[in-house]
Amino acid sequence: MRRSNWEDYQKSIADDHYYYGRSCIRQNFFPGSEKAFLEILAKELGRDIYDDPLHSSCTGIGYHSDIVPLDTIMAVVARQFALMDEAGYENFVTSCITSFGIYTEILSTWEEFPETEERAAKTLYEATGRKLVKPKNMAHTSDVIFHFRKQIAEKMCRPLINVTTGEPLRVVEHIGCHYAKIFPKKGIGGSEFPYVLAGMIESWGGEVVDYPERRHCCGFGFRNYLVQANRGYSVANSQKKLDSMAPYRPDFIVCNCPGCSMFLDKWQYTIAEMEGTTYGEGGQGIPVLTYEEMAGLVLGYDPWQLGMQMHQVDVEPLLNKMGVQYDPTTKYLGKNGKYIGKPAAAAVNNCNDVGLYEIKV
Amino acid sequence: MATNFGFSISKPRVIDVDTNNLKKSNEILAALPELQSCIGCGSCTASCTAGNLTSYNFRKVHTLVRRGEYAGAYEEMNKCMLCGKCRLLCPRGINTRRVVMLIKKCLGDF
Repeated sequence: MRRSNWEDYQKSIADDHYYYGRSCIRQNFFPGSEKAFLEILAKELGRDIYDDPLHSSCTGIGYHSDIVPLDTIMAVVARQFALMDEAGYENFVTSCITSFGIYTEILSTWEEFPETEERAAKTLYEATGRKLVKPKNMAHTSDVIFHFRKQIAEKMCRPLINVTTGEPLRVVEHIGCHYAKIFPKKGIGGSEFPYVLAGMIESWGGEVVDYPERRHCCGFGFRNYLVQANRGYSVANSQKKLDSMAPYRPDFIVCNCPGCSMFLDKWQYTIAEMEGTTYGEGGQGIPVLTYEEMAGLVLGYDPWQLGMQMHQVDVEPLLNKMGVQYDPTTKYLGKNGKYIGKPAAAAVNNCNDVGLYEIKV
Repeated sequence: MATNFGFSISKPRVIDVDTNNLKKSNEILAALPELQSCIGCGSCTASCTAGNLTSYNFRKVHTLVRRGEYAGAYEEMNKCMLCGKCRLLCPRGINTRRVVMLIKKCLGDF
């Protein structure tokens, strides 16, 4: 297997003027990530990006769970594209890998079977009076950060280096299946050599960990976790990955998919509770970051502003390694200093400053 | 320990020939080397009378046995009626009836 093979799989990524499509679940589990992306693009890189309050869920989770029919999701996607055109944009960027897979799949279906595009356009017009205009460029937000990785590196104030040892941080990158496993040509590096996150890590001073189960799915799989009885299969996939990466002692995991970052993070708690197995140094778990959080840390953002207090596995060990200055007393303070509550102590959540917040509320 | 979340973590179903005990499998192959020429076409299973009436799958069982997965193989082979139709169809001319008898001999008390 040649390391350079990823170079065969490239895609064009627009340089400016983006229409932003949010994810449904990221705002709950990694609430600071999307805000960080908008800030990095607008403030750090001076790019124009429009966060449209009118756009809706792509209904991808419903589609993959056999609840939303294909024609329905096509009409919903057609509406998103129509909104983009109405706002005066032609470059669509989406924050979610499921959505990215959906948009890519539907654009491809419309190309292969033009009658389905006609039907979607007709349904859209009848339902909303809107006109379908397809985007000129379609990218995932991790593609956009990858595109600007060198500009971010120039502004970097905290590289991915262990400040104590001076060694690069060892990073596990995990790419969502729907990023490139459905349409390999639509992802940087394809499905076999995904370079989108590895490129960011290498540009910012870290070291990518190559481990046996690197390409394995996290186990999200929609129906697998939606049905309680099937969740054992879902968690088994994450366990397989965690077991495989643990001997390489990674400092953290970075994902570009909302589901993967959620499950690789939260299943560590589940595995600890069910089987007593903990991963990472001292059994404190392996922190799981989104690429926006990684970019935010590298650019010197406050970890609590990035929403990192919402992680299941505590990130403090990683912050200490990177030499990030943070205030533990503000960890669970939300907007205007309001206490947002803190999770109960757990095996992978043992950095709680017990008593720190007990006087509140 | 072991909090109950209403499900348990599925165990992997990987066949690992490096850790499986291949002693019996090697005995069978030593007695009938032609079995190694099986291309897994499934003609034996397709023509099987017992397989037509029950879940018995000759190709599945002898493939698993060759990989060191012996659980239930003897009981499965007891479903064979030794009619020999599979032997007439096998494109590699493998003595399939002998395969049945060897599996029963090596893995059971036949």
